[in-house]
Amino acid sequence: MSELVLAGVSRWYGNVVAVNDVTMTIGPGITGLLGPNGAGKSTILNMMGGFLAPSAGAVTLDGEVVFKNTDIYRRVGIVPEGEALYDGITGRQFVMANARLQRLPDPAAATAKALDLVDMTAPADRGLATYSKGMKQRVKMATALVHEPDVLLLDEPFNGMDPRQRLHLMDLLRAMAAAGRTVMVSSHILEEVEQIADTIQVLIAGRHAASGDYREIRRLMTERPHQFTIRCSDPRSLASAVIADGSAAGVSVHEDGVDVQAIDVGRFTRLLPRVAREHGVRLHEVTPADESLESVFAYLVARR
Amino acid sequence: MNAVVARLTAGELLGRRRGVVLVILPAVMLLLAVLARSADEPVKVTILTIVAFSLVVPLLGLVLGTGAIASEIDDGSIVYLLAKPMSRYAIATTKVVVAAAVTVALAAVPTWAAALVLGLSTDVAIAFALAAALAGICYAAVFVLLSVATRSAVVFGLLYALVWEGVVGGFVPGARVLSVQQWALGVAEGVLGPAAAADIGLDAAVGATTGLLLMTGVTLGATWYAGQLLRTLRVTGDG
Repeated sequence: MSELVLAGVSRWYGNVVAVNDVTMTIGPGITGLLGPNGAGKSTILNMMGGFLAPSAGAVTLDGEVVFKNTDIYRRVGIVPEGEALYDGITGRQFVMANARLQRLPDPAAATAKALDLVDMTAPADRGLATYSKGMKQRVKMATALVHEPDVLLLDEPFNGMDPRQRLHLMDLLRAMAAAGRTVMVSSHILEEVEQIADTIQVLIAGRHAASGDYREIRRLMTERPHQFTIRCSDPRSLASAVIADGSAAGVSVHEDGVDVQAIDVGRFTRLLPRVAREHGVRLHEVTPADESLESVFAYLVARR
Repeated sequence: MNAVVARLTAGELLGRRRGVVLVILPAVMLLLAVLARSADEPVKVTILTIVAFSLVVPLLGLVLGTGAIASEIDDGSIVYLLAKPMSRYAIATTKVVVAAAVTVALAAVPTWAAALVLGLSTDVAIAFALAAALAGICYAAVFVLLSVATRSAVVFGLLYALVWEGVVGGFVPGARVLSVQQWALGVAEGVLGPAAAADIGLDAAVGATTGLLLMTGVTLGATWYAGQLLRTLRVTGDG
């Protein structure tokens, strides 16, 4: 059982703050590190992997500082995002090289076991260059698992996987978590991590925006106020009807429509057509404001 | 040194298209040697000096020194080496040793052969081959360091190899002292002895001992510093 602890960790490059005062504890089970691209996930992973020094704060693995501490790699496995491998060799040779670099007592047996675990035994003796994206991903997993680490760090592991490969990887990660290992998966897609993660840590613009189990994160995201822009025939009467109902926190009227700040999205979307019909207002266009992940994250940050 | 890292590096260096590029430079040198066979002896020596020490050796050192590690850093696959309980100095040393070994094989041996094709004496051939080997080792270490220090290693390396070593180091009097090729030629001069060197018009900017010490110092220093930089190398992409 291993615990990776970030205590007041910041990282800046010159004047740019990439990670801002993040404190989190990553224990056994699967943790999802969720955030849009550029939120600082890579910087955090680099610090967790011991490759980058925090500008402030400390990253420790079971009490040991990880930066410049090569001994941690006996207990940590890292699956990088990049697809580049050593093209001139076979999958088995590649995993075996990793086993040897770990100085395992029986690298051949460990290699066979790791390849079997990721279901790559059959194509193991083919050249890495001939592998599909999913196969490369699985061989990368095998290199990180070959020394049976307590902690596994995966950078965007589902990128480019087809649904079947995705399910297979999810099963594999769940099995590792069930065995008491600490697994951390970074991703920019909520749907991806909520299927496997016991805990989700949300990172936005370098700040730790939210943490909890996925239900909590999901609730935070769906209960936030939603902005709608409505073009209609009689903005004033629509605005007064929406305000009267109480499902909106704010309404502003402009020339050819209204902007509505809905509190309860479900209730508001059911209400709107009914109110419009009752008041004889013709709706030309109803546009929900930016629903991108970034705006969802931005909301979570603003809440704090 | 680490045997697994050495094998992976050698495979990357000699595999793929790079293998073809690597034999072109020595082949061009040999071709020029054949064409210049009928020239006078001082002209032959000048040609060999320029082609081998201003062109072939630094360029091979550049291609092999950067090839041994720069592409791995660029594409992120260096993480498979870094995420291991292994000394960073061992990684750097291995990269330099492999790059240097291939450079020596591809630079020193053809330099020796080119000298013989030109009809120069066996002593001159051996002295030049030794100098090429030493310069190759030094370049390999410098370019491995450059690859770890900057993502634009090839561009800076080309500027250094062609402009500094080729032009400045060859002709500008004061700067010649700070040039790997002059250090290497100093060793060649020392091996031949003053009389024989003067006979063929070889006049390096530094003496043999100084050259040897400087090359050893630069090689060891660059390797050590590359290991130092590897200890804090950021391994993954963007955010």
